[in-house]
Amino acid sequence: MRRVTVLAAVAGAVMVLPLLGLLQRAPWSTMATELTSPGARDALRLSVVCSLGALTVALVFGVPLAWILARATFPGRSVLRALVILPMVLPPVVGGVGLLSVFGRRGLLGAHIGSWPGFPLPFTTGGVILAQAFVAMPFLVIATEAGLRQLDRRYEEAAATLGARPWHRFRTVTLPLVGPSLAAGAALCWARALGEFGATVTFAGSLPGRTRTLPTAIYADLQVRPEGAIALSILLLAVALAVLVALRGRWLGVS
Amino acid sequence: MRRVAGALISLLLIAGCAGPGRGEVTVLAAASLAEAFADLGASFSFAGSQQLVAQVEAGAPVDVVATADTESMARLVRAGLVDEPAEFARNRLAIAVEPGNPRRIAALADLDRDGLRVVLADPSVPAGRYARDVLDRAGVRVRPVSLELDVKAVARKVAAGEADAAVVYATDVRPPARVEIPDPANVIASYPVAVVRSTANRAGAQAFVDRLLGPPGRRALAERGFLLP
Repeated sequence: MRRVTVLAAVAGAVMVLPLLGLLQRAPWSTMATELTSPGARDALRLSVVCSLGALTVALVFGVPLAWILARATFPGRSVLRALVILPMVLPPVVGGVGLLSVFGRRGLLGAHIGSWPGFPLPFTTGGVILAQAFVAMPFLVIATEAGLRQLDRRYEEAAATLGARPWHRFRTVTLPLVGPSLAAGAALCWARALGEFGATVTFAGSLPGRTRTLPTAIYADLQVRPEGAIALSILLLAVALAVLVALRGRWLGVS
Repeated sequence: MRRVAGALISLLLIAGCAGPGRGEVTVLAAASLAEAFADLGASFSFAGSQQLVAQVEAGAPVDVVATADTESMARLVRAGLVDEPAEFARNRLAIAVEPGNPRRIAALADLDRDGLRVVLADPSVPAGRYARDVLDRAGVRVRPVSLELDVKAVARKVAAGEADAAVVYATDVRPPARVEIPDPANVIASYPVAVVRSTANRAGAQAFVDRLLGPPGRRALAERGFLLP
């Protein structure tokens, strides 16, 4: 038993020590100045816009996908689910290369839609949103699908027998019931989008104010302005903690 | 339980053995050196020079460091982290264009054209700083679509067709995709190499530096288009 404790302590240390290290190096006295410097403000604004944009994309397209995965029966559904989860385990930089090969100027689609307004996507804020949505959407889809599966369908059936039409039924019965799962999925999706680096920098590049989000700014500043980079790191750490606290009922085992 | 611990320990041992053993030399080198260094017999880690500095400062267990500018190296010298550096190569900037030069770019002055997608290295990277100097001196105001974090990433954007042009080292692009920048407008990037003071393999590190400064290194660098001091 003692050995289990020791091994567990090593695991805990591996995960917690880097965070403590970060806190220890934090420029507390100049934190406010660092976080309000023009570079930090640009990255902050861009990250908020893009992560909320990615969350919107995930909600609009991901919830229907979760619905199909949970409710429809069709051949290849388990394959589809595996494909949906893939971006969660795929190295993000590979996702970025994949996005380039589809939406890049010489990409599968990019070569044809390159002259549409807002295209080509690489080097644009839209490109950042797409990269973040690619990486983060699975979190929303999987959580929502699980919620839909656990839901007692008799409520929906009862609503149907009372004459509620499908959309009305979804809005007034299904949605409130899967609400907690959907909210948890949305929070994780947003947090993942906020932290996205690999796919973003590969697909959208790194231009302050346009495509340089917080993680890219941290990477770019780490050597030249380490205090600024660490201040931004602390900010992202705080946001991540806040998301976890908000989800405590689900993820921290509070029962 | 015992089996799990045993497996873990053997895993650690294997990982330890796979690391640089006795006689092996680990070299941190600027990204632009990747091809030229490939056959010089050491294990390499390539990155932007500003990152190499940060890695040495953080105590990376390496033997030799080679940067793409004297500024980065000077920072390590001032911190007492490396021995006296020696210049082993020089480089110039060039404009990278798509093969066949479809946008007909002939000089730096063409880079401020509307609708042209130009990529530069971030000013925190030597290549980005040199590019900014060269463009400033030529009086060309470029609005880049991206400031990449190492020079290879810059060259890749043009090679992949995502950007129309970029300012990179002459050694990063081959002639059909390279537009020269004439000497008076160009800069000379100087590449210094130094042994890291904390090396556990001083003889091996020194041997690598000697090889780099001697005929094998000069040959490899010249083949890749570097200028020799």
